[in-house]
Amino acid sequence: MTSLLPQTAPPPLQSEDHGAYRPLSPLKKRARRIDRILTYVPLALFLVFTLVPFYWMLLFAFRPTGSTSLVPWPITFEHFETVWNGSGFGIYFKNSLFVAVMSLLTSTVVALLGGYALARFKFRGKTLFLVAMLCTQFVPGAMMLIPLFEIFNAVGLTNSLWSLIISDTVFHLPLSLILMSGFIRNVPVELEEAAWVDGCTRIQAFRLVVLPLLKPGIVAVGSFAFISAWNNFLFAIMFISSQDQFTVPVGLSYLLGEFGADFGALAAGGVIAIIPVVLLFAYVQKFLVQGLSAGAVKG
Amino acid sequence: MTVITPNRPGRLTQPEANARLRRLYPYFLIGPAAILTLVFLVYPVGSVFYYSLQNSNVTQPWNDGFAGMDNFVALGQDPLFWRSLTFTLQWVVVEVGLQFIFGLALALLINKTFVGRAIARSLVFSPWAVSGILTTTIWILIYNPSTGVGRYLADIGIGEYGVSLLSGSGTTFWAVVLAEMWKGIPFFAILILADLQSVSLELYESADVDGAGTWRKFLSITWPHIRQAVVVAGLLRAVWEFNNVDLLYTLTGGGPAGATTTLPLYVAQTAIHDRDFGYGSALTVVAFLILTFFSLVYLRITKSKEDDK
Repeated sequence: MTSLLPQTAPPPLQSEDHGAYRPLSPLKKRARRIDRILTYVPLALFLVFTLVPFYWMLLFAFRPTGSTSLVPWPITFEHFETVWNGSGFGIYFKNSLFVAVMSLLTSTVVALLGGYALARFKFRGKTLFLVAMLCTQFVPGAMMLIPLFEIFNAVGLTNSLWSLIISDTVFHLPLSLILMSGFIRNVPVELEEAAWVDGCTRIQAFRLVVLPLLKPGIVAVGSFAFISAWNNFLFAIMFISSQDQFTVPVGLSYLLGEFGADFGALAAGGVIAIIPVVLLFAYVQKFLVQGLSAGAVKG
Repeated sequence: MTVITPNRPGRLTQPEANARLRRLYPYFLIGPAAILTLVFLVYPVGSVFYYSLQNSNVTQPWNDGFAGMDNFVALGQDPLFWRSLTFTLQWVVVEVGLQFIFGLALALLINKTFVGRAIARSLVFSPWAVSGILTTTIWILIYNPSTGVGRYLADIGIGEYGVSLLSGSGTTFWAVVLAEMWKGIPFFAILILADLQSVSLELYESADVDGAGTWRKFLSITWPHIRQAVVVAGLLRAVWEFNNVDLLYTLTGGGPAGATTTLPLYVAQTAIHDRDFGYGSALTVVAFLILTFFSLVYLRITKSKEDDK
């Protein structure tokens, strides 16, 4: 493992930009070559470590049962047919998508409202509210299962996808709120004040001035919420009992349960589970880094 | 909506009424979040504290009732509790430490300019979005003795055939650590990279003029700049690694023979599998107190260093 670590002294940042227009002495040329090696070699190791596991799953998903080839050729879709129709992943996929999209919507709306309050107002109970939010993060999710189950039971939501939407939204709320309030704080308050002076109400000013500037924040918070709801396993396996309400992670855990039986089907299930999040992630990861870079992480 | 209360002596003037409305504004906005938090987070946490003082075991309903500190006394004498606590600390320290080191290295690498940077970035960050159960799925495929990576390595003469990394007593821990690192390194890398990108390049340029070396620049410019992000990321990750059970639950089930059971996993087994909710709640309260104490100490230490600057 230690081989993945680049040499203790990380190469200088942006060093390639420096002195680009000056003729380089042989010594400097050598330094640049070494610098390039120190970039590409560790990077290649990181890429191998990241991608081999993904490749391994694709390999099992697309190669025929019993094959030991290291390339998925001849390619087969039999495992996908098995899990999509036979194991019910078609239904699980639809359920997961519903839960994730609804969690995205509720999280974004609640976080926009609350985040605005945290960013723009001083009010009594604000600190208490933040501390309560923080404290709830220290309780293992596993332990919330029973009280939550009792609540959902009382309101008749057990075995309903809504129990997952609510619990995913709530568990994710502290992060959504803090992120969103960070993004809102980054929108200069002067812009809003200018809009008030021009006769806008607070709501109009928010809609016309703040909201358009908040797009990266909304994308980041929404996709965080989508991904965490899509990935949630613990609540889904505890609150949902009938197979037609299963989500993809629950389906996967049942495939894992029949351990050793069918690696091809397991891998195909994994590929189905990964597609939406990886596509979404590829799209938002730039927003994510930019958004966090803007200071949101400092709350 | 009007907040003017007519039965009060002396009606409010319009500006006064507006001022009152404005004071209530934040409460309307925070309302949905507060209600959701109260009902679905604060109430359940409260009930956990309540049950920690109760005997509440579905398999022994005749014992149910007030227990006082009995659950906590029992906990002090429970070897499984102490073992799971020790393992949790080991797990959190090893995971957070390794993820931080490699995450920092990855962030520094990605922050450089090189060909193919955007694609490399998307690729190396992608495990961040992968769930615990999916990580398990992937690493089961890798570790299984018959068709896993080990078999192909054995084909070319590295290692032996038929080694099951997930059930050997010495190898299980590191096998799980590796799988969790795969998923966790991008978290640190993303948070640190976000901060690195706001370092002013002029600082490095003037350091170059002053003849500062690579290591000097890292210590004097980069590190002070990203310190706060590292502190925050470290705390978030430690709490997450402490609490999250998805991977361990599905990859090893806490085994072999309880060797990879963290405290929350022990809680889940006690409360859900054994149906002893009172004792499970007591375990949770202890876990909660440990995390709170740890976070306070951690923030105090890192904060005081911040003030020294």
